[in-house]
Amino acid sequence: MARILVVDDSASIRNMVSFTLKQQSYETVEAVDGNDGLAKAQSGRFDLVITDVNMPGMDGITLCSKLRLLPAFKFIPVLILTTESSPDLKMRGKNAGATGWLVKPFNPDKLLSTIKRVIR
Amino acid sequence: MSIDLSQFIPTFLEESFEGLELMESSLLNLKQGDDDSINAIFRAAHSIKGGAGTFGFNRVTDFTHEVETLLDEMRDGRRNITPHDTDLLLKSVDCIRLLIESARDGIECNDPQIDANFRAIQLSLNNDDVVADACSTPSDDPACAAEEERVGWLIKFVPSHEILQTGNDVLRLFIALEEFGQYTTEVDLGELPPLAELDPQECHLTWKLTLTSDCSLDDVNEVFEWVEDECQLVVTPLQASQTKANEEQGISDDVVAEAAEVIQPQASAPVISEAEKVPVQSVGSIRVGIDKVDALINRVGELVITQAMLKQIGNELNELDDDNDTLTRLREGLVQLEGNSRDLQEDVMRIRMLPINFVFNRFPRMVYDVSSKLGKQVELKLSGESTELDKTVMEKIGDPLVHLVRNSLDHGLETPDERIAAGKEPTGTVHLNAYHQGGYINIDISDDGRGLNTEKIREKALEKGLINADQSFSDQEINELIFAPGFSTADAVSDLSGRGVGMDVVRRNIESLGGHVSLSSTPGKGSIFSVSLPLTLAILDGQLISVAGQTYIVPLVSIVESIQIQQAALKGIAGQQSLYLYREQYIPLYSIRTLFDLPDKTSEFDEGMIIIVESSGHKYALLVDELKDQQQVVLKSLESNYMAVEGISGATILGNGGVALIIDIKGLNNLKKQPTSFDTSPQMLQGVCA
Repeated sequence: MARILVVDDSASIRNMVSFTLKQQSYETVEAVDGNDGLAKAQSGRFDLVITDVNMPGMDGITLCSKLRLLPAFKFIPVLILTTESSPDLKMRGKNAGATGWLVKPFNPDKLLSTIKRVIR
Repeated sequence: MSIDLSQFIPTFLEESFEGLELMESSLLNLKQGDDDSINAIFRAAHSIKGGAGTFGFNRVTDFTHEVETLLDEMRDGRRNITPHDTDLLLKSVDCIRLLIESARDGIECNDPQIDANFRAIQLSLNNDDVVADACSTPSDDPACAAEEERVGWLIKFVPSHEILQTGNDVLRLFIALEEFGQYTTEVDLGELPPLAELDPQECHLTWKLTLTSDCSLDDVNEVFEWVEDECQLVVTPLQASQTKANEEQGISDDVVAEAAEVIQPQASAPVISEAEKVPVQSVGSIRVGIDKVDALINRVGELVITQAMLKQIGNELNELDDDNDTLTRLREGLVQLEGNSRDLQEDVMRIRMLPINFVFNRFPRMVYDVSSKLGKQVELKLSGESTELDKTVMEKIGDPLVHLVRNSLDHGLETPDERIAAGKEPTGTVHLNAYHQGGYINIDISDDGRGLNTEKIREKALEKGLINADQSFSDQEINELIFAPGFSTADAVSDLSGRGVGMDVVRRNIESLGGHVSLSSTPGKGSIFSVSLPLTLAILDGQLISVAGQTYIVPLVSIVESIQIQQAALKGIAGQQSLYLYREQYIPLYSIRTLFDLPDKTSEFDEGMIIIVESSGHKYALLVDELKDQQQVVLKSLESNYMAVEGISGATILGNGGVALIIDIKGLNNLKKQPTSFDTSPQMLQGVCA
C-alpha cells in the first residue's frame, strides 16, 4: 500500500490526516515541521508527501523545493495543505515544485478523493 | 463514506489553548521587526483557523480569519506594529478563547465584545470588501450560451515540457476525468524529438480529449487546476452534432494510457527501499487524559499498601526458623519489591509534575493589563519557571498567586511620580521566583514598592476590632494581620484587589493545599510574599499518633513541636475549654479523645503527649496518648469512599491493613465550636467562632 508522509506542526491536523489515510489502509509517517519532514523523507520511500505551509523551522514551500532536489523525490507528488486558495501561495508552491494543494478546512472525503488523483 | 473526526476535537482544543497562550505571550513582547514572533503568532492563529474549520466551528474560523489577515499584513511588513494593534490582537486572543470555549461546550457565544472586536479588526484592516467580493465572483461561464445543446467538452491539453517535474502525472488527470463520464483521447506525437535527443524527464506529447458528460466547465477546470500554469488548456463545449465525428476517430483510452506511461519512466521507477532499515523516530511526548494518570497513581498507591502488608508478614516470618531457604529467598524478594514499588511510585508521581510555567504564563498579560489600568510602569521578572509541581496543586495555586501579584501591583508598587519622588527608578519590578526546597515548592512574589504600611494596618486592625489598643505586637505580627479574615487595607474598594476576596482567602486556599504563606516587608524597599506548597497532594508526610488504641495521622507540616504534658501549664476555664501555657502564651488545648468522642476520658489530662500545631497563623495544642512513627502515607479520599467527616481530611491504609484517619487541623476549628471568653488572641476567637 502507498506510503504517505504527513508534515504539519499542528498535532490535530496531522492526526486527522493520518487517521483518515489509515482508515483507507494507507501507511503514514508523521513529521512535525519542515526539518523533521525532510529528515523523515530521506529515511524511506514515500509515494506522496502532504505538507502544511506555515511551520516553525522550515516551511512547507521550502520543504517542497528541498525534496525536489532529492533524486528519490523528483517525481513524487507533493501536496500543500493550505487554508486559503490565494493565487500567490499557489504560485510559490508551484515554483517550488509542488504538485497540487489541498484546501483546508480539512474534509476527509475530499482528502481521499484528491489523494486518489496522485496515487494509484 | 464518512469519517468521524470528533475524536480529534480534544486535541484541537488543547492545541488551540496552547496556541492562544503562545500568541498572548508573544504579543506582549512584540517589537517592530521581530519576525520570529510575528510568524509564531501567525502560525498559531493559522492552526486554530484550520482546525476550527474542519470541526465546523465557523465562528472561530471567521473571527480568526480576520485576525490572521491583520497578522499577515504585519508579517509582510505592510503594517507597522502599533500599541493599538497589539492591544486589539490581545483582545482578539480573549475573543477566540471565548469562542472556542463556547464551541467546545456547544453553546452560542453572545459576548458583545466579540462583535465589537470583530468590527474593530475590520476597521483596522480597512478592507475594501466590495472589491474583494467582486473578485471572488466566479468569472462568467463561457459555455452558458451553448448550455442547451451541450453534451460534453472538447479539451485541448498541451502540457509544458516540465510538467512531470512537479510530481504531476498526465494519466492521473485523465483518470480523474473518467469520473465525469466516457471520454476518448487523441494523442499528438508531432512534437516528440528523435529518441537520441529525448529527455525522459520531459513531456512532449499533446492531447485532444472528447469528454461526454453533463459536468460543468468548473468540474473540468478543477481537474486541471493544479497544472493550469503548466499547460495550455482549451476547453470548448461539445455539441451533439460533433459527437459522431469524434467517435469515428476512435482512439481508445488504452493507447493514451500507454503513451502516458511511456513518458514518465522515472516516476514509476522503483526507488531503492531503504525505509525498512531506519526505524520511524519515536514521538517526543504523548497526550494522556489526566483521569488515566490518576487511576494509575491510585493503583500504585494500592500496590504500595500491599507491599507494606507483605513486608509486615515478612517481619513476622523472621521470628520463624531461619534456616529455611525458601524463606530467605522470599525475604530477598520482599526487599526488592519494596525498592521497586517505591521507585515506581516516584516515577508515577513524576508524570503528574508540570513546570510552574503553566501558571506563570498568565502573568505577563495580567501585569500588562493591570499596570496600564493603574498607570504604573512595571517590569515583571520570572525565574525558576521550569520548577515542577503536581498538576492538581498547580490548578489550585493559580488564583491565590494572581491575587498576590495583583496585590503587589495595586498596593505594593507606587506610581512613576511617587517612585521618582522616593529616588527610585520610575519602573517598578515584580519578581516571581519558584524553587524547590525539601518536599516543597516555594514561590516568592517580591516587589520593590513601598512596603507594607504597618501603622495603617494597626489602625485598621483596631478599627475592625482585630486587636486591642493596649496590646503590643511586633511589626511583623501587625503585618501578618493582613491575612486575618475581614481585613482590607484599600481605602476604596478598587477594581483590582478589592473584589471582596481578601488576603484571608488567599491564605485559606494555600493552606487547604497543605501549604503556607508568609510575608516580609521593608518600608520603602518593598515586600516579599512567600508561598510554600507541597509538591503533591497524593502523598503526605504524617506523624502517626495513638489515641485510645486508634491510630491517627497528623500532617507533619502543621506540627510545630511535640512535648510531654505538664500539669502546671494546664488551665481550664469556663465550660469545657482548656488552655495550655505554651511559651508564655495561652493557647487552646483540644483533646482528640474528647473531639472524636473516644472512650476513657477520665484520666486523659494526667498523662500523654501534647502536639503543638499551627493553622492559619494560630497555634493549638492537641492532646494525644502516644506518638508513633513518622511515615509517608498515600492519601485516600474519605469523601469519595465513605462520606465527608468534619475534622478528618482523609484516610490512609497502614502496613498492617488497618485504616488510619488523617486529622484535618484546620477542620478541628469547626469541630470545636464553642464560644470561650479568653482574650489573648482575638483573631483566634474569630477563627473558632467562624
